[in-house]
Amino acid sequence: MLPRMVVDERAEVLENRALSAEYNVVTLAAPDIAAAARPGQFVMLRTAPGLEPLLRRPFSIFEIVRGADGTARAISILNKRIGIGTGRLYAVRAGERLDCLGPLGQPWPLSAGARTVWMVAGGVGLAPFATLTEALVARGLALRLFYGARRGEDLYYADWFADRGVDLVVTTEDGSRGVTGRVTVALDRALASTTRDDAMDVYCCGPTPMMRAVAARLADAGRDTWVSLEQVMGCGMGGCYSCVVPLRTAAGGTHFVRSCIAGPVFAASTLHWEGLAADHG
Amino acid sequence: MADLSAPLAALTLRNPLMAASGCFGYGVEYADALDLSSLGAVVVKGLFLSEREGHAPPRIVETPAGMLNAIGLQGIGVHRFVKERLPELRARGAVTIVNVCGVTLDEYVEVSRVLSDHEGVAAIELNISCPNIKAGGIQFGCSLTGTHDVVAAVRQVTSLPIMPKLTPNVTDVASFARAAEAAGADAISLVNTFLAMAIDIETRKPKLTNVLGGLSGPAIRPIAVRMVYECRQAVRIPIVGMGGIASADDVVEFMLAGADAVQIGTANFADPFLWSRILADLESYCTRHGVTRLADLVGAVHGSRTSAEPACRPS
Ligand SMILES: Cc1cc2nc3c(=O)[nH]c(=O)nc-3n(C[C@H](O)[C@H](O)[C@H](O)COP(=O)(O)O)c2cc1C
Repeated sequence: MLPRMVVDERAEVLENRALSAEYNVVTLAAPDIAAAARPGQFVMLRTAPGLEPLLRRPFSIFEIVRGADGTARAISILNKRIGIGTGRLYAVRAGERLDCLGPLGQPWPLSAGARTVWMVAGGVGLAPFATLTEALVARGLALRLFYGARRGEDLYYADWFADRGVDLVVTTEDGSRGVTGRVTVALDRALASTTRDDAMDVYCCGPTPMMRAVAARLADAGRDTWVSLEQVMGCGMGGCYSCVVPLRTAAGGTHFVRSCIAGPVFAASTLHWEGLAADHG
Repeated sequence: MADLSAPLAALTLRNPLMAASGCFGYGVEYADALDLSSLGAVVVKGLFLSEREGHAPPRIVETPAGMLNAIGLQGIGVHRFVKERLPELRARGAVTIVNVCGVTLDEYVEVSRVLSDHEGVAAIELNISCPNIKAGGIQFGCSLTGTHDVVAAVRQVTSLPIMPKLTPNVTDVASFARAAEAAGADAISLVNTFLAMAIDIETRKPKLTNVLGGLSGPAIRPIAVRMVYECRQAVRIPIVGMGGIASADDVVEFMLAGADAVQIGTANFADPFLWSRILADLESYCTRHGVTRLADLVGAVHGSRTSAEPACRPS
């Protein structure tokens, strides 16, 4: 595991841009975290002062915002309003300060051998792919993003990825944009035209059932998938043992590991998906 | 500069702040972020003899000014702890207190024996108060003879300071403090969490997989202060108080009630860097009030009442 240079920055909200009635992007002046963060890492944000909510919330680092000279100045968070914490973050105003702890967790592993990379995102699961894209574009890899949503208007930042040369495959369940159906439909088509020997890495983030379905298809094609899990977290530091996920053991059993320090990124083949799905049942 | 040191049985802690068990991993998780030696002590996650998987998630849920947890004491067991974690805690200069668990009385004894054989353990906190496991633990802590027997048995096998951790889930916590003292405890710590429950009204199911959990955080603080106050009246041995502490003001309140030192659990989740801020605020409290030795505050509220009995005790 990485040595952890964790800092807590009282980050000023530089911008809060609503993307829809559900989604927004918040830019936070957290230069130390921005400079140290690796693709796929997260921060713990205190979304409100006081005791409601009591705990911080984990958020993937979405973009690293750089100044004209290229130095990292800020991070952004892609937020979807669901509960108290995310609701608070949706309503936050420029100029407010939020305690921002990070960078935390294991980043996406970047393999030396891959020539092609597939990224598979569902909904707010798009968040950890902007930093990954920047890192991989710098390596000159061919990137493809499978990006699924229920409706066309729920797809955000498609241009951001297209502008960086990412081959974008969009799917919508209502057929209003791109391929009709779930992201797995597009994935199945693409898999049909690859061979086992293609040097390729696959990264996936989205709802748990979606990640499970994606990983199962890739496994059938003889490939593993890096997945980024989103667990309920108490501290993000390994202190509380609340964010555990079940891994398979050699003996055929399962073993809980802390997602905040062993993850949030895991190889899909190491996870006990049945146990993970039950957590969200 | 006031003297912040905290005498605690055979130990003299640098300051009265300890990380509470189960809220600070094995301490090493925080070693890159914090100077562990700047804390009074680090109380590590509860340990049984062997590894334990704990409960299925969700293991925590937030409640007003608090949280419920049902971790189920997941842990690496005492043997792996002394091999894999204790050396780093020593190297980092942490004063390490180990939270000892047991399903049976023999297990408490055996875990304590293993710890006594290793350099670097400053004291043993006997967890007879975890509300989240079926067998052992709180069963001892909810019975006066059980409390006495665990402490007396562990006393036979170790010269380390022993500090049983009391549960608040009893009618008269002071009687448990007395039982612990009579059995040879060097100190007591309290409180562990309050047995509690939260229900999802949409799904009509308990929010925790384990159904019940332990309540911690600011919500429990006034009850914990009352319990420390009652125990201070009942025993002479040192008391380590906890329950919802999040600021220097809270630390002072517990000390006035009778705590020689304190532990911080839940508040560390929200702010892992709170330690240095609280120490600085304790300094300024001392300056403001002309206190030269923080330990002089311990139990000071008791002098202000003539009667040991609370004015009105609900019965
Ligand atoms: C997630 C969590 C795990 C805990 N695990 C333990 C444990 O292993 N052993 C123990 O004696 N107490 C355990 N506790 C109880 C705390 O040490 C402490 O007694 C209680 O939380 C009250 O303090 P607080 O309000 O500052 O958190 C745990 C508490 C929480 C919130």
